[in-house]
Amino acid sequence: MGTFVKFYIDGKECIARHGTQLVKAACENNIYIPTLCNYPGIPPKGACRICAVIVNDKAVTACTTKVSESIVVHNNTPELEKFRKSVVEMLLSEGNHFCPSCEKSGTCELQALAYRYRVTVSGFPYMFPFREIEAWHPKLMKDHNRCIQCKRCIRGIKNDQRKSIFAFGKRGTHVEINIDHDASEGISDELAQRSMDICPVGAILRKRKGFDVPIGRRKYDNKPIGSDL
Amino acid sequence: MTDKKIIATISLAGCFGCHMSLLDIDERLLEFIELVEFNRSPLTDIKKITRECDIGFIEGGCCNDENVENLIEFRKHCKVLISVGECAIMGGIPAIRNTIPLKECLEEAYLNASTTIKSNDKKIIPGDPDIPKILDRVYPCHEVVKIDYFLPGCPPRADLLWEFLYALVTGKPFEFKYQTFKFD
Amino acid sequence: MKHDITSIIKRYNDDPTRLMDILIDVQSALGYLSDSTIEQIAKILDVSRVDVVQTVSFYHFFARAPRGKYTVYLNDSVVAGFYGRENVKEAFDAAAGIKFGEVTADGLIGLFNTPCIGMNDQEPAAIINERIFTKLTPAKARILISGMKAGKSIDQLMQEVLESNAKPSLKNSMIENNIIKKGAVIFSDYIPGSALKKVLNLSSLEVINIMKNAALRGRGGAGFPTGMKWDVARKIHSRTKYIFCNADEGEPGTFKDRVILTAMPKLVFEGMALAAYAVGARDGIFYLRNEYRYMREYLEGVLKEMRADRLLGTAICGKKGFDFDVRIQFGAGAYVCGEESALIESAEGKRGEPRDRPPFPVEKGYLQKPTVVNNVETFGSVVRIIQNGAAWYNGMGTEHSKGTKVLSISGDCANPGIYEVEWGFSVNDILKMAGAEDVQAVQIGGPSGSCIAPNEFGRILAYEDLATGGSLIIIGKNRDLLKDVVLNFQRFFADESCGSCVPCRALTVVCVKLMERVIEGKAAKTDLDDMISWAEIMKKNRCGLGQTAMNPVISTIKKFRELYDKKITAKDERFNPGFDLKSAVSDYDAIVGEK
Repeated sequence: MGTFVKFYIDGKECIARHGTQLVKAACENNIYIPTLCNYPGIPPKGACRICAVIVNDKAVTACTTKVSESIVVHNNTPELEKFRKSVVEMLLSEGNHFCPSCEKSGTCELQALAYRYRVTVSGFPYMFPFREIEAWHPKLMKDHNRCIQCKRCIRGIKNDQRKSIFAFGKRGTHVEINIDHDASEGISDELAQRSMDICPVGAILRKRKGFDVPIGRRKYDNKPIGSDL
Repeated sequence: MTDKKIIATISLAGCFGCHMSLLDIDERLLEFIELVEFNRSPLTDIKKITRECDIGFIEGGCCNDENVENLIEFRKHCKVLISVGECAIMGGIPAIRNTIPLKECLEEAYLNASTTIKSNDKKIIPGDPDIPKILDRVYPCHEVVKIDYFLPGCPPRADLLWEFLYALVTGKPFEFKYQTFKFD
Repeated sequence: MKHDITSIIKRYNDDPTRLMDILIDVQSALGYLSDSTIEQIAKILDVSRVDVVQTVSFYHFFARAPRGKYTVYLNDSVVAGFYGRENVKEAFDAAAGIKFGEVTADGLIGLFNTPCIGMNDQEPAAIINERIFTKLTPAKARILISGMKAGKSIDQLMQEVLESNAKPSLKNSMIENNIIKKGAVIFSDYIPGSALKKVLNLSSLEVINIMKNAALRGRGGAGFPTGMKWDVARKIHSRTKYIFCNADEGEPGTFKDRVILTAMPKLVFEGMALAAYAVGARDGIFYLRNEYRYMREYLEGVLKEMRADRLLGTAICGKKGFDFDVRIQFGAGAYVCGEESALIESAEGKRGEPRDRPPFPVEKGYLQKPTVVNNVETFGSVVRIIQNGAAWYNGMGTEHSKGTKVLSISGDCANPGIYEVEWGFSVNDILKMAGAEDVQAVQIGGPSGSCIAPNEFGRILAYEDLATGGSLIIIGKNRDLLKDVVLNFQRFFADESCGSCVPCRALTVVCVKLMERVIEGKAAKTDLDDMISWAEIMKKNRCGLGQTAMNPVISTIKKFRELYDKKITAKDERFNPGFDLKSAVSDYDAIVGEK
């Protein structure tokens, strides 16, 4: 473990161990940096870019940045908040996000961020891409319409032999998640649940599960994401 | 002459749920009709806009040419247009068909579905001057005309509709509250 | 078949990090990578099938289904378009009886598009079974297809379309080098090994100091000081370090590496050995784009000669402990792999997705070891600097840009080809040299660079003004800049985005859609304002590709605004010109049979 260092977020003096992930360090100092592709305990990827911050005058992603002595971080600036709102809007445009019919509505992190930033409509054209739904797996379902390509499932879920259950296919706008037949065979209910939970949106679902919390009592119904800090 | 604001409302490719939500403002309806006069609306059963309006309340997106015609009429005669609800804003549930070619959609509906496969023995996909033409996909309203405001929800919460419309009509400031800002 | 796969994988010691080589070899043995082939590869490497699929499906030369006994990849670059590519394409279509993207029913011929293959000086060009066919015409396309139907060999096909006055640069090739202007650094007389012999008496630090004094900057486009990069690598204690040569020349319009590698390959490999000496590396990896696979035998031969001459291998030039060798690593079709960290990922058998930095490759690169990645031209320059000294090198160029630059010049000019010039030449000078008249615009540094208008032709090529990796595409007044150039470039970026960062993945596609709308006259002024405002968003992408992927449209809106304004015809801002009722109901009319 590194020694404690002092650093600054939006002028506020903060303390964390040297080398702590900036997102986590901010959190330890009660400062929220929005994230989407980041997930505690798995290696960061810097894919969604929503945690963009300015560190010593340079734009970086907070999930892939480590804290060091005296760094000066800008987080809650109008420019960055505008950019973050754009990230949410881009994601809403490039996929097919029909919240009213989604099992994850109310607990979805993309939706929660859209609420936080009060996204009424995307500033980008809705693309309505054709995307597949896969339902062959006995325990899992994949609705690619909702996938935001964050790689959390890829990075965070392996089977008992430490083999990949999920991996990317294709590239660019065609990127998709593939589920491995062999590696996912016979996965436990617990792992299936974990796969669903690690997905920030409703792209990976556990079969026969959903809509089990009434509207009004779901995770993000009453309090914005990040407000627990 | 009254100084009431004139409002027109319509449901395009929607389910009237947004209109139901408007009715859900309950007793505030009485306050509302002191502030506004309804022109064209399912609530008045006026079929065509009869005068220039201040506010156009649009539920639903555009899935056929009649929707487009109506939306254009609203745009021409309303100072301010509001996309109300997910369908008007981004197509909503009807737009789930947007990823599937129209031909497949119609064939499924008229030729291959278990409910029609026996009754439509002439294999007809209806096309008649009296029925609206279906568009290649469902269009969010702002892709057809300029929209001034967007109120999300499926439907937007009654409180949201009330607070927004009240502020708009009275010129008071408005801010979205977290609890009534929802997509479902 | 199974035996083939096993023995191929054995060749690479069952090492999953050699997946690219394995897939390339298996595909060349079996024609394509079927589901069951992938399954077998996964089994032998003891990884999940989806892990193999994620690499295979990233690269466009990997085929999941048969692509024909003869596979034609016709270049669809901007300049190919200038030189009649569409007519050639139609001739291929008609002669083969299929459309591009398809394979004939008998499995004989497959026709595909591919982005710039580095032949802009001899377009239209195509890759057919790893061979390059240049200066195609509709007539040649028909000859080729009938030759294929007659079962002719690739050599026979080439002979049939080779022009009598052609001067191919290599055996069994129809590619010409087109070196029009030779400079002092890359294309001058060279005795292999002379620089290596010279450094034997120098310490590694001394070599690096020479590079620093010469102020050599990376020639790939970014211009990072080479000496500084080497010094970081030198200082890191690690038994294993790697020298990478980035020969993934994918920027449309660039072909200088192709020519340097053909004319001066030893210069480049010697430069790699010098880098190895300076940083203390023993292993070199030469990452070559798959489009240049035709060079494989030639370059392998060159490496063999250099080993025989003790310019590579163990005890180089007889110096004990100076061991360094180079292996060629092929890509499989992905522009983003030109980005150094994506290139390393690719060399490790993975998807070519750029890494987050820090750590930089020079700290943790290939297999997490310190890795120096330099461009082909940079390594070439290194040799000359050692030979002639930093002062000599410093005497050329401008204050902040020393030495020469090899330019790939193509498009609307009399003499497309390779020009090695000192930094500091103006665009006007270059246009004159290339014999270009009636120029509408010049695309500097490829699509990711900038498009400049005639009022800027006085600007100079230098890191401090117009920095460039070396590509200049000259666009004549007769061209439709928006349709023939900008839309092509934006489609290229949409196809080549790796898909990792949200802004790049989403906006490259949106941008194509809006550009199509602009060209059809269905865009609003607000669409242009939107696109300009997205430039800020794009800056937050991880890599250079993403950060510059909207440059074609942004730089032309700024500099050729009148072309865009002409396309904005909508008068009434209450209605969105992007919506066209007639086309929105045309599907329905067709389905119900209404005219």
